[in-house]
Parts: sequence; C-alpha cells; structure tokens
Amino acid sequence: MSSQLRVNPIACTGHGLCAELLPEMITLDEWGYPVLAGQQVPPGLERQARRTAASCPALALLLSSAP
Amino acid sequence: MSGITSGTALWYASRATGVICLVLLTAVMVLGILVNRQGRLPGLPRFAVTGLHRNLSLLAVGFLAVHVATAIADPFVTIGVAAVVIPLASPYRSLWIGLGAVSLDMMLVLIVTSLARAHIGRRLWRTLHWLAYASWPVALAHSIGSSGDLRAGPLLALTAACTLAVAGAVGWRAICTIRTAPRARRVAAVLSGQAGAR
Amino acid sequence: MTAPGASLLIAGSPRPGGRPAQLPRLLPADGRPAGLPAHVAEHGPLPYRGGPGHLIADAGESGLTGRGGAAFPAGRKLAAVAAAGRRPVVVANGAESEPLSAKDKTLLRYSPHLVLDGLQLAAEAVGARRAVLYLHADLSLRDQLISLLSERASAGLDRADVDLVLAPPRFLSGQETAAVNVINGGAALPTFTPPRTFERGVGGQPTLVQNVETLAHLALIARYGAAWFRGVGTADEPGSMLCSIRQADGSSAVVEAALGTPLRDLLGFGDHVQAVLAGGYHGAWLPAGRAAQLSLSNASLRPSGASAGAGVLAAIPAGTCGLAETARVARYLALESAGQCGPCLNGLPRISTALAELAGSRPDGRVINDLERWAGLTERRGACHHPDGTVRFVRSALQVFAAEIRGHQDGTCTAATGRPSLPVPAGPADENDWRGPR
Repeated sequence: MSSQLRVNPIACTGHGLCAELLPEMITLDEWGYPVLAGQQVPPGLERQARRTAASCPALALLLSSAP
Repeated sequence: MSGITSGTALWYASRATGVICLVLLTAVMVLGILVNRQGRLPGLPRFAVTGLHRNLSLLAVGFLAVHVATAIADPFVTIGVAAVVIPLASPYRSLWIGLGAVSLDMMLVLIVTSLARAHIGRRLWRTLHWLAYASWPVALAHSIGSSGDLRAGPLLALTAACTLAVAGAVGWRAICTIRTAPRARRVAAVLSGQAGAR
Repeated sequence: MTAPGASLLIAGSPRPGGRPAQLPRLLPADGRPAGLPAHVAEHGPLPYRGGPGHLIADAGESGLTGRGGAAFPAGRKLAAVAAAGRRPVVVANGAESEPLSAKDKTLLRYSPHLVLDGLQLAAEAVGARRAVLYLHADLSLRDQLISLLSERASAGLDRADVDLVLAPPRFLSGQETAAVNVINGGAALPTFTPPRTFERGVGGQPTLVQNVETLAHLALIARYGAAWFRGVGTADEPGSMLCSIRQADGSSAVVEAALGTPLRDLLGFGDHVQAVLAGGYHGAWLPAGRAAQLSLSNASLRPSGASAGAGVLAAIPAGTCGLAETARVARYLALESAGQCGPCLNGLPRISTALAELAGSRPDGRVINDLERWAGLTERRGACHHPDGTVRFVRSALQVFAAEIRGHQDGTCTAATGRPSLPVPAGPADENDWRGPR
C-alpha cells in the first residue's frame, strides 16, 4: 500500500528542489529536470516524499497513495 | 503630553509592527520573484529560497495580526473590527485604512490558498497567487497614507528602499518574461543554440 | 489503389449476416467513391442495435484493435466510456498527422458512410448524443463531408449530432489529448494524464476517441458479426487493415490487407531496396533483407523492434543515405515537439543536430555517445509519446545504418544522389500554427 511518485512534465520547469529534498529517489538530468529512480516510495521515505511534493514551486511532483 | 499612556503604547506598537510588516512583505515579494525565476541565494540550497519566502510570509501574518489588533484596541482612534477586512468601514482615515483592509483581504486569499495548495489544484492556485502583485502596492499606499511616519526621516529612506527593491524585482521579472522564447519557439531556440529556451 | 499481390476478390451481393470473409472490406470493390445509395445497396441500412451495450460485446469478440497506431482493443475502450456514466462524446479521429500515412484520407474519400455509420453506432453503444468528426485540414474533404452529413440528415439516418472540426497540420494533432484540446477550442497540445480522455475529454465529459478506420470496421462488424471479422487475419490479430505503402521509387498507394500478409506481397523488394521504415516516423527501420521475411503483424514485427502501427510501410532505395533521411525526419520531429516538457524540448533538437552531424562527413566519434545519452534521457519523460516514438525511430536508424555510420566516419557515403526520399513537411512557425483553421 505504498505511494507512487510521478512528475507532471508539463508543469515542471526544472526548479530542482525535489532533488535536494529527496535525493534518495530524485536526481537532475543535465538540463535540470528530475529523473525518478522508480515510482514506488519506500515506507521510510513516505513523509519526506510528501513534504518534497508539497515544496515543489510548480506543484509538478505528484504523490498518489495508489494500491 | 509627557509620559506614555497605554493608549499611546498601543498606537506606537501598531505603527512599529506596521513598518515591520512592510519590510517583511517586501522581502516576501522579492523572494517570491526569485523563486519564480529559479534564482539562488548565495551559499544556500534551492529549497532555502522557497522556504524563506514561505516562512517570512507566515511571520508577516503574525506581525500583521499584532498590527491590526493594536490598532483596533487603541482607544485614541476609532477603527472598529469590521474595518479590518471591510474597506471604508473605518470612521478614522477611511480611505487609507480601507486600503489596508483591501491589502489584508488579498493577503488572506494568498495565505489560505497557499496553505491549501495541494487541494485546490495547480492552475487555480497559480492564478490567485498573482494577487500578490496587487497586494503589495496597496499595502504600501496604506502605509504611506495612514500616518506621517514614512514620509520623513529614516523611515522615508526605508520606504524608498523597499519600493526600489520591489520595483527592481518586478522589472527584472518582466524583462525575463519578454526575453523568454514563447512555447511555439522553444525547440527552434534550442536548435539554434540559444541558452535559456526554458 | 492496389499493389500487386494484395488480395482483392469481389465481395458479391450483400447478405446481412452472411457475407464472404474476403477483401476488400473497407474500400469499394469497383474503386469508386461510394455515395449513400451505393453504400446502402452494398451493406444495407445503418444497423442500430437498439441501445447501449450490444455492439460492445461484438467488438470485444471480434478482437478489433484501434487502427490509429496504438492497437488498443476497441471493445475495452467502448466499455470504459460507456461505464463512465455521464454524457459521453464520441470523436472520429481522422487527423492523420503522420506524413507517410494516407489511409484515413482515402477511407474518407471512398467509404465515408462506413466511417459515419461507425460513428453513430459507437455513439449509440456508449450513450452519446454528440459526435465529432476530427478531420485532417483538407478544405475540399471537409466540404464533401459537410454535404454528406446533410444528405444523411435529410434521410434521417444520424441520431447523434455530428460536428466537424479541422485539425491543425501538426504531427501531434492526432494525439488523443491534443485532439480533445483542439475540439475544446484550444491548440493541438497534449495534456498530462490522468485524467484520460475516456474519463474527461470534450467539454469535460467522458470521450471515446477512435480512429476513423476503426469505426469503419465497427460499422461492418455491426452488420456481419464478429466471426465474419475474424474470417481474415490471424487468430491473435484478426481482421484487415489499411496500409499506406511507399515503394522505393517513391510511388505510393493505399492497400487493404489482412493481418499476417507477408510484407513482400505489399512492397516490392530486390537489390534496389535498401531498408524499410515500418510504422511511420515513430516506427522503426528494418534492413530490406529482414523486412522481406516479415509479415504485417505485431507478432512478426515486434521481435525486430517494429510494429504494425497504423499500417505505414515505406521503402528507401539503395543509393540513398539512410542517415540523411533519418536526420531530416528527426529535425521535423523535433520542430513538431509541443515544447511543453523539459526533456523533450531539450532532447529532441539536440538529437536532431547530432544526427545531422552523423549524416555529414567525418563526424566526431563522441556524437554517438551523446546520441545514446540523450535518447535515454528523453524517452518516457514527456507527457505524451512523441519523445518515445522519436527515440525508437532514431535508435533503429543507428542500428540498421551502422555500416553507413562507419562509412561516414571514413569519409564515404553510399548516396548516389543527394535527393531526399522521405516526405518531410514544413514545421510550425508560430503559435497560430498549433490551432486549427477556422
């Protein structure tokens, strides 16, 4: 029952906060856009992922509690 | 009149917190534009810019609450609770206090929608956030008109500095927007090797 | 209208429920555009099923998959929209924005009533009162269809209202969400999903977007049944499909072929043919020798990295530089990016420039490394599949034309003439080019 992380690539303008706040799952490509290492959020990173998604200035990082 | 009565203390508190609000909101405006332009503060990570913008705006709300409360509580002038949010409801200096109410109303919208950002959706939040560009100048007008404090001495210099800071930031943002390739030309810009296509 | 070797048996007189399984099915046997009287004489009247649901079961049984390229089971799509509950809308997607594809335009010229019947039947099946015919920007075709629609209206045939919307001439116009945006009055720009179009589309309602050919098949399945549909093709990929065939000499034709037809029955092969592009500009290159052994089916094409797609098969002659062709197309694909997503708008133009360098003389050895890296960074990171399709196309070129690459690095090229082979339209100039003609 873990959450899924997704980037809305249309909303994303490459602020790059997500890679600072959730480096375990997100890195930036050579143009400053996020690369997700998988969609499933490990239980230990759940809170961090939630805060990271809330911090995105463009609201482009989406966390869904998918079954 | 010598000696400070409690009434005068409230009046001074209101004016002082008003000045603090102006400074804080100036910082919030400049930081907000910095976030939008993906600018950095030297030596600080990216999330610091967003974090400062957010935290200072909440701090400003706190000082604003004191500013408003002390102004209403002050027995020397009659403002009335309604005038806090309803423009022109204050018998004292209707217009200038009214502008304060307008600015406060807009600030309320900004703060509430930003706290509930994830729930109201990206587009609505973004559209409403544009109110910031209206809220600050209205707050400035309120500050200048409500008392003579900012029209002389060091506070005048402070007001000028704040105005310059916001005007500079807004001007910078406008120039960047004009120079950015429109969506339909972004790829062509990358193809011809221009940096900053997006 | 046909290539040598494709089956083209005369169908015989119409026997609703008892029609021979052979081809042609979609295109008229006599090769003339079928007007309403001829259409009704051949296939009988529009067989409304009397309510939603019935056709959906037949569509599922028939194994009909979308003929727009994605090959999604039509029955499942119909069921999803029907289940959405609100007031759905049906869109017949005839944008045909792939430059190599001509089958939808051909179908709409020769058998428009099959498409329009299918549109009405799909509308009934999902409970829609509103339908949209989304059309490639061809004004004479639009005028023709307007008069056909009013002819049908006079005859009292259509139960759902049909609006005609012209697609802007963009490569992405036919993409599902982009099409919905245009129909809603916007530009041909894809949107992020979810919500998918079957959940929220035209006017915010559940929307069925179906390729015009798929709807035409549906109109026939409604008359002759699922078993009839499965009478040609393979067990896993039943039925027939329209193919846009481009021979090595540049001549082109639209052919109806059964799934599973060997490619050598559709394309002329020989020493003069160098390679085949299967699936259009989002498809994959195949060496001629390999292509000659494959058939028109995903089962045959997928192991070689290609797919049946929307039936586009284009051969390029020996003596043409495959790299140069790929570079020209890649540049077009880059310019046709919506420019909404960072990886796509940064990756595609860089890939295009690198390919142009590879297609030149003595390219730098690092160009290929850059290409590989950018391909990996671009795919699956956009809101739509434009970057994915482009990367597939480019990667297949790097494989199939590997010898050509080595030649270029040595300063030689197999091209006899510098004449381009594949058709590449002009890209967009400004924002208005992304909106449909009014």
